[in-house]
Amino acid sequence: MLTKRLIACFDIKNGMVTKAHKFQDNIDIDTAENVARRIYEDQIDEIIFYDITASFEKRKIDLETVRKVAKHVFVPFTVGGGIRNLDDMYEVLKAGAGKISIDSMAVRNPGIIREGAMAFGRQCIVLSMQVKRVEKTFRIPSGYEIAIDGARVFTGIDAVEWAKKGEELGAGEICVNSIDQDGTHSGYDIEITSLISRNVNIPVIASGGAGKPEHVAEVFTKTGASAAIISSMLYSPRMDRNYSVKEIKDKLVEYKIPVRPWIENYNI
Amino acid sequence: MLRMVLFLNPVNSSCERSVFMIGVIDYKAGNAPSVLNALHKLNVPSELISSPRDISTVKGIILPGVGSAGATMDSLRKMGFLDVLEEKVLNDGVPFLGICIGLQILFDHSEEGDTECLGWIPGNVRRFPEDKVRVPQIGWNEVKFIRNHAVISGLNESEFFYFVNSYYVTSANEEVVLARTQYGVDFCSMISYKNIFGAQFHIEKSGVMGLRLLKNFSMIAEGVLC
Repeated sequence: MLTKRLIACFDIKNGMVTKAHKFQDNIDIDTAENVARRIYEDQIDEIIFYDITASFEKRKIDLETVRKVAKHVFVPFTVGGGIRNLDDMYEVLKAGAGKISIDSMAVRNPGIIREGAMAFGRQCIVLSMQVKRVEKTFRIPSGYEIAIDGARVFTGIDAVEWAKKGEELGAGEICVNSIDQDGTHSGYDIEITSLISRNVNIPVIASGGAGKPEHVAEVFTKTGASAAIISSMLYSPRMDRNYSVKEIKDKLVEYKIPVRPWIENYNI
Repeated sequence: MLRMVLFLNPVNSSCERSVFMIGVIDYKAGNAPSVLNALHKLNVPSELISSPRDISTVKGIILPGVGSAGATMDSLRKMGFLDVLEEKVLNDGVPFLGICIGLQILFDHSEEGDTECLGWIPGNVRRFPEDKVRVPQIGWNEVKFIRNHAVISGLNESEFFYFVNSYYVTSANEEVVLARTQYGVDFCSMISYKNIFGAQFHIEKSGVMGLRLLKNFSMIAEGVLC
């Protein structure tokens, strides 16, 4: 049986993992390489790494950090931030990433999803979307609007429509990040995660809001999400306590959610 | 759970190691750098191979793969790999490991883009039933080994590996099937036939179990495990 995935997500700035609250007030944790190595050894299922300022500073992604992380991580590794075209995608894959996450750039130029899928296979392309709860209107029937550029710019695009379009254009997965829940540690946005997973037939990743293992269990129980992003609860110094991957998986097992079993000896 | 009992001899012949080399075919669309990273982690001498010329010295060949069957066949053809691969693997018996698309193109034909493949293993490549499951399959799924083989030494009868695929192989010859997995259908997730191995899952992205499998293949290629 295909198991539900736990994905550790890191924001990277100048080669360091940094933790923000509502996209502000960053605290540096450690080097990307060290954090990635620790979480890999903690048996995480997958890792995503966003070069958070690449897009904003209009520079290319930090390939050196991608290379360093890829040398130590033997689980799927996705990279996002500052990817503008096929050449950027190829550079990131060559540096050792397995998938590419595109967000604001896909809204500006949806063709990049199709181009990326044609060139590298749709499994390589993760369409990441920042969604904000808004009033339901004729233009935004789902009540969730897509924002871009670090959730600073609103697009007038309906989240469910965008997810369906992303699938049609060739995205292999859709990551739904709730702007409202992000940094609150109060649980995922169940409504939009459920809505999008019912409307597409590709895997959906829930993101934003996880603060304790019960939140992860909730999103897997109440929505069709295939994977959940966890971040603060793993390593943020702002949290009352952090959780190991094993603690989270033990909780999921209690809820009868299928997960990759814990391996006693994780050394080679 | 039944543990496969097969103890491995440590690799200790340093003079042999200097000439031993695994070649990872790099056809620009694949996940070759990830496979190379995994081999380096295992201290297995290995290199990327982007020209058929460089294949003559290697003792084992890995064909990684992401993307589509058609694009992979086109790249291998354009880069001149088809004849040399056939000669090395089918005639000379050099151990070969295909990963993901690298497994699929070993069969006769793929539904993906109606692609004629290598035809080394009788059978076809089909799409997962979209009315039953999300396609692509992405994630860790259970691999059940249905017979024993040196390549799975140290692994349990059932292990979890990371899959990313929209298509799966159906073997005309049940004897080549080494493992099976469930996703909408019960499909063949690993094969072994003489010197040819293939895994539908991403060995290089499957944590320590993937690394163990890769290590076993490397030892088979080196001749220290059989």
